[in-house]
Amino acid sequence: MLDALSLLLIFSGLAFYLAGTIGVLRLPDTLCRLHAVTKADNLGLGLLASGVLLQLSDPLQMLKLLLIWLLVLAASATGGQLIARHALDERPDQRAELPEDAK
Amino acid sequence: MTPGALLYLDLLMMGLMLVLAVGALYARSLRHAVILFIVFGLVVALVWARLRAPDIALAEAAIGSGLAGALLLAALRDRRRGAESAPRSPAWQVVAVGAVVAGLVLLLAWAFLDLQGERANGPLADTVRANLDVSGVSNPVTAVLLNFRAYDTLLELTVLLAALLGVMSLGPQRPPMDAAEPMAAGLIGWLIPLLIVAGSYLLWVGAHAPGGAFQAGALLAAAAVLADLGGRREFRLPGQTWLRLLAVAGCAVFTLVGLAALIGSGVLLQLPPDWAGSLILLIELFATASIASALFLVYLGGHPPSWNSREGHPDA
Repeated sequence: MLDALSLLLIFSGLAFYLAGTIGVLRLPDTLCRLHAVTKADNLGLGLLASGVLLQLSDPLQMLKLLLIWLLVLAASATGGQLIARHALDERPDQRAELPEDAK
Repeated sequence: MTPGALLYLDLLMMGLMLVLAVGALYARSLRHAVILFIVFGLVVALVWARLRAPDIALAEAAIGSGLAGALLLAALRDRRRGAESAPRSPAWQVVAVGAVVAGLVLLLAWAFLDLQGERANGPLADTVRANLDVSGVSNPVTAVLLNFRAYDTLLELTVLLAALLGVMSLGPQRPPMDAAEPMAAGLIGWLIPLLIVAGSYLLWVGAHAPGGAFQAGALLAAAAVLADLGGRREFRLPGQTWLRLLAVAGCAVFTLVGLAALIGSGVLLQLPPDWAGSLILLIELFATASIASALFLVYLGGHPPSWNSREGHPDA
């Protein structure tokens, strides 16, 4: 039962990675691709980590896995912001299309 | 997880690896090929993890997929306008390459199945275990990397330096970024200390569990890249001269320790058992600094200003 749930979570995580990868391949510009990759990887890694979490018995290891996920979440959100900023600096035309408070 | 369930996971990863490899080779455009290559590296990292080699998995994800991928993307961006897609190969080449790949796959499958059997505890693994006491560390992987087969690791560090020289010769350094808006700047302020702590932990834990200089260096480099992207000058990242010196320091210290061992024991890189633990930590410490500097320099790109003035240089 636990194994089945684990597999379900891991496969759902992989599906998110797949969707993110397709997004990176298919979407037209840096901002859209960033959107695809950060969303998909955060959720994908979360599901993967939960799947693996169910296989562990040591609470300390579970905590470690959770912390790794949180660190990746924070790093990916920040990195995404910064890369988007860099991309906008190179494309002034895109910045002009943003709503006023996001410029 | 039951062996049956794991078999499905293994089959899935094997299939994925093949599909991605073929996809990368025959992608419509170079950009697609590069992206598929990056994803391929991540799947290979998972495969290494399944083969119970988490160290190699981490290194593959960080360097094989992350760094190599970033380099390829940068090369793609900077390359002069040329043919958008690779020329098609003739049919006989496709068939020949396919046959070779099929042979390799069979060989790997045989090796994998063979390793599953009693030879997983073969003579080499036994030798490592029997000599773990004199290695100075309790993680067998670190013992092999930094003591029994220290040559390999020294050469890996040298290869990294060579790659860095290649990137440095590509063009001038990227201009520094402006300061980020308050929210991103605040997040960076949180993240950088976290990354430094996580990197130090990986360096320290390498003595008795998966971790080590390459993984720690990758995290420290990530912290430096974040600081630069966010324009956080107050972190006072070392300048190009210091970064270059640090990038060489790992190789230098490793070589010096190896030479000292040669004088002491008559064999290059043969660490004395009493000192091995401290020496390995010393080497790993400098290797971490070197790898972090090298990766950060790769991100910054750029050669020393003196190269610009050289006569006949493409940038001059």
